[in-house]
Amino acid sequence: MIKVENLSRSFGPKRAVDGVSFEVGKGEVLGFLGPNGAGKSTTMRMITGFIPPSAGRVSVCGLDVQDNPIEVKRRIGYLPEAAPSYTEMSVMSFLKFSAEMRGLEGESRRGAIRRVVELCHLESVLGQTIDTLSKGFRHRTCLAQALIHDPEVLILDEPTDGLDPNQKHEVRSLIRRMGENKAIIFSTHILEEVEAACTRAIIIDRGRIVANGTPKELMARSATGKLEDFFRSITRPDTAEATA
Amino acid sequence: MKGYWPGIRTIAKRELSAYFESPVAYVFLVIFLLLAGFFTFTFGGFFERGEASLAAFFNWLPWLFLFLVPAAGMRLWSEERRLGTIELLLTMPVAAWQAIVGKFLASWLFLIVALALTFPMIFTVNWLGDPDNGVIVSGYVGAALLAGAYLAISCMTSALTRNQVIAFILAVVICLLLILVGFSPLTDLLARWASPWVVESVAKFSVLTYYDGFQKGVLDSRGLLYFFSIMAYSLFVTGVVIRNHRAG
Repeated sequence: MIKVENLSRSFGPKRAVDGVSFEVGKGEVLGFLGPNGAGKSTTMRMITGFIPPSAGRVSVCGLDVQDNPIEVKRRIGYLPEAAPSYTEMSVMSFLKFSAEMRGLEGESRRGAIRRVVELCHLESVLGQTIDTLSKGFRHRTCLAQALIHDPEVLILDEPTDGLDPNQKHEVRSLIRRMGENKAIIFSTHILEEVEAACTRAIIIDRGRIVANGTPKELMARSATGKLEDFFRSITRPDTAEATA
Repeated sequence: MKGYWPGIRTIAKRELSAYFESPVAYVFLVIFLLLAGFFTFTFGGFFERGEASLAAFFNWLPWLFLFLVPAAGMRLWSEERRLGTIELLLTMPVAAWQAIVGKFLASWLFLIVALALTFPMIFTVNWLGDPDNGVIVSGYVGAALLAGAYLAISCMTSALTRNQVIAFILAVVICLLLILVGFSPLTDLLARWASPWVVESVAKFSVLTYYDGFQKGVLDSRGLLYFFSIMAYSLFVTGVVIRNHRAG
């Protein structure tokens, strides 16, 4: 459902993403791993059509993102990094706005809001201004926005960042459940999450894919059988810039 | 066009409610009405003029708008960039131009509401004398167009930066330039050493030249064309700025 071919993106002289190709099918949950600044967010932004690629193609559900941006955006639910939202709005009006932007009205809008409020446990804060919410609630409000139109494709940029262990667990199992009939890409720094929620993982370093396989396969490639050791063996810390 | 309207409307509705959900709208309205009244009745010499008209009010409006319109418009895009919500907005199924137009229309409507709230002045002159209400209507049309032009310029500067202060100052400077090229104390000075046609053609770029036409009661098509071109041009540049920002 998501097909990325030779995707590249430069910011000035810096190549943030360099010839990345992969595919995600229905029922797959792809974990996106890599050190900070490896190009995870940039890749996701290109898939959602927020920024154009310098080279390469992305297609979602058979539609090219550059040629049919609006149609592609209809099919994607996107949680940007740091989960931004209009902080002066209440949770309810923010969700109403998101639903309306997705063309949902009347009874289907009410139904959609009910569904995501339940999924993301927002019942208790519906009338509150987003400004006044804790980080976990803010995060889940933005996640609710991404799920409101029940999209076929979900792109989640660090969906568990800033959540407490209970909330992390909750979001992980939510991703796993939804992954059964959607195509999901999510990025994370937490390696156990990959084992817990992903059907496949890609490790990206300095804009290039350095490993692609099921969590089990990746673990098997490490001498110790631990994903963390494998991760450390194939990626470089950002302090090692000069050796690139 | 019909397919594009729901997206524009939804964005405009959200933008308008954002004004009223924060104190911005109320502070703006109170300050605008206070200052408008103050300028009209003191510097404008509303009573001393000895004529039943709103000239005292309209004469000061370009200067009052010079600061207040950029203040109302500066957050439009810079706030989206600062909060990161621009990423949400532009990954929803609408084109960037729909978002630009929606936001602009919402703010313009807000400014028109502010203008409409000066209605007690219309009652006052009608009670005191016998003004030409046609001139008053065309004066208000000119004022609304002027507000729209300033606002579109503020939109453009707001897209340039995530810092609202910078957006504000840039907008004020551009709007000020558009006033000054037709401001008579300055054009008189210019006329001393430049040939008259230079002075005249420079003044043709000034908002005052066209604004004054509306204050005389003339709904001039050149005036309409002038103000709408400024709006269209500035909103177009806003689109280019946003696209370049994403293209990096």
